Amino acid sequence: MGIDIQEEKGACIVDSKKKGMTLLAKQRAAGWAFLTPAALMIAIMSFYPMVRAFMISLQKGTGANMQFTGFSNYQRILADKVFQQSIGNTFLYLIIQVPIMLVLAILLAQLLNNKDLRFKGLFRTCVFLPCATSLVSYALIFRSLFATDGLINSVLMKLHILDQGYNFLGNSLSAKVVIIIALVWRWTGYNMVFYLAALQNIEYSVYEAAKIDGANGWKTFWGITVPLLRPTIIMTFIMSINGTLQLFDESVNLTKGGPANTTITMSHYIYNTCFINVPNFGYASAMSFLVFIMVAILAFINLKVGDTRD
Amino acid sequence: MKKKLLAVLLTGIMVMSLVACGNSSSGDAPSDGGAATTETPSSDGGSSEGGSSEGGNTLTVWTWDPNFNIKSMNMAGEAYAKDHPGFSVNVIETSSDDCQTKLTTCANAGDYSTMPDIVLMQDNSYQKFLLSYPDAFTDLSSMDINWDDFGGLKQAYSMKDGVHYGVPFDNGGCIACYRTDVLEEAGYTVADLTDITWSKFMEIGKDVHAKTGKYLLTSEATGGDTIMMMIQSCGANWVDDEGKAYIAGNEIGEKCVDLYVDLIKNDVVKLVNNWDEYISTITGGEAAGVINGNWITATLMGTEDQKGLWEITNLPKVDGVASATNYANNGGSSWYITSNCQNVELAMDFLAKTFGSSTEFYDAILPETGAVACYLPAGESTVYNEPNAFFNDQPIFATIVEYSSHIPSFKSTPYHYEAREAVNTAIVNIVNGTDKAAALEEAQSTLEFKMSE
Repeated sequence: MGIDIQEEKGACIVDSKKKGMTLLAKQRAAGWAFLTPAALMIAIMSFYPMVRAFMISLQKGTGANMQFTGFSNYQRILADKVFQQSIGNTFLYLIIQVPIMLVLAILLAQLLNNKDLRFKGLFRTCVFLPCATSLVSYALIFRSLFATDGLINSVLMKLHILDQGYNFLGNSLSAKVVIIIALVWRWTGYNMVFYLAALQNIEYSVYEAAKIDGANGWKTFWGITVPLLRPTIIMTFIMSINGTLQLFDESVNLTKGGPANTTITMSHYIYNTCFINVPNFGYASAMSFLVFIMVAILAFINLKVGDTRD
Repeated sequence: MKKKLLAVLLTGIMVMSLVACGNSSSGDAPSDGGAATTETPSSDGGSSEGGSSEGGNTLTVWTWDPNFNIKSMNMAGEAYAKDHPGFSVNVIETSSDDCQTKLTTCANAGDYSTMPDIVLMQDNSYQKFLLSYPDAFTDLSSMDINWDDFGGLKQAYSMKDGVHYGVPFDNGGCIACYRTDVLEEAGYTVADLTDITWSKFMEIGKDVHAKTGKYLLTSEATGGDTIMMMIQSCGANWVDDEGKAYIAGNEIGEKCVDLYVDLIKNDVVKLVNNWDEYISTITGGEAAGVINGNWITATLMGTEDQKGLWEITNLPKVDGVASATNYANNGGSSWYITSNCQNVELAMDFLAKTFGSSTEFYDAILPETGAVACYLPAGESTVYNEPNAFFNDQPIFATIVEYSSHIPSFKSTPYHYEAREAVNTAIVNIVNGTDKAAALEEAQSTLEFKMSE
């Protein structure tokens, strides 16, 4: 649309100009000039490493002694039980945590969007505040909260719910639950902000009209809010999938991947392959590439499912 | 307009303060003055980070603990500067993990120019670097040093094919530390725990737990130090003589796993999830005993209220294994000269004259840093024989050096961390009810997989 108008404008002025750059050409040049720095940066910082990583993933060997091998690193993934376990863990986090978090975020946004609510700013800040903490420090705080002699256990023992401290992080099921709780705490506010911004773009008159037509809160929520929020919901979904598949800090700092690798994530395992174990950058790159492909596929499906245009 | 002005002002303040942070965030590392300085990578651009220039008189060193190895290195620099005017060391505080990550990235990029002249590395991880980046370190064969003064095991950590690459520094010899007050309450003394086997330890441990509610040993589940010390005290490892994975069917290893799992199930060992919890079982008084590398004494001595209550002795040994001993090694580190060093002769001479041969130097650093030498002649001096008030007036340093001379040597492997991880996973699974043979079989295949390309 915009381009059409520009071209029309340009065409009018082209006739009146005789020498030098036409306005259209000038506009185009300016456009390119503004685009180039960002495009170059993205190409150098993002695309070049991706291509390099793909090249490295086709090489084999430890440390600096690498030779080209073809796709053997990708075959290796099929035989790697620990990596497969890490894929399972990551998807478990994804399937359980992302829906809980997004539903909570929409509900909170809906609550905090209430026109008559007092201290709105305060509440919004409170919900968003966890996002201001660094990933490592909040993971460490959760670790000490859920330690055998940590706050949670002390409270449960004082309330006589438990006789002795429960080893939350030493039991694989509870360790996973702790990671999910931590993730929900950290990221709900972040997603809420997107919903809040989207909600504020919905005209109040639409709701008023619905009210006059006799729709109750539940109906307006499903009939107006959710459809109008759809693009935002898709965006937060894609971002959450992307973030969860690359989960690293929580696994490293909260549980160290333990007990017995039952909470290790893909990125954590990739990091171990490079920097804790005998370095195998070829294999690590192959695994990273697989993560990249997974993110791409999931994002694509999400876009297709969310797209209502025919 | 006012708003805009305010915004610009605030942004400006933030940017300025961030810039200031960048300069000083790690700049407050203690500097020990004298000829030596402690510098941070960000404080002086890139130039101070890399190795020395040719013909210069300054050596750059990466190491991590301000109270321990940084101090020792600075003192070595001062000592050497007395005979070599103008000499100085430039220590850059780099955590142990960062040293490894940085070396990995430098070496993998094939750009050695940002590496220091000398780097301190954990003994457990050095073989992996030597395997992966053989060009990154300097061969020290021509160094003027009597290698046998360091004991065979310690040398083996930094050697490949008979060539020396590192100068041993701190000692990783293991000790068992016990709370005498808790033992007394249960009717035991440290003598009852000296030269014993693990089954005897189990007997006493159960009794101590029944009588006092305390654990005779604390152990970190994700670190796996305890099981490594057990198997190494038998002169064995999770690899065979050819360096191949040897977990399943490893008789000695299976005995260690049996003992360890029994210890956990019988409440003799308190199994914790991470290092913080490990330390808090000690400081909180929940653990009546600790078994680890002797560097753990620094942590113990931090708990002032337990002064005089601790005593050290040797480790229990594994039952029914002919090669079993009461001694093991865990941790410890050595100095390495990187291939980026343009002043190899100076660096070699410096290390040889200080860490490599000077008992005076080791006597000087011991009271200041608690760095127990691997240099065996140092143990004979009077400084090492002084009683230590924290440990009930035991001369712990001489004892540690003596223990170190008994540690059996074993086959070390570049795949140390992989092996450890695999065995740890197996142990957690066995404790949770998996069949032992199946768990060890799985650990075996995991390790074999990691070793294959």
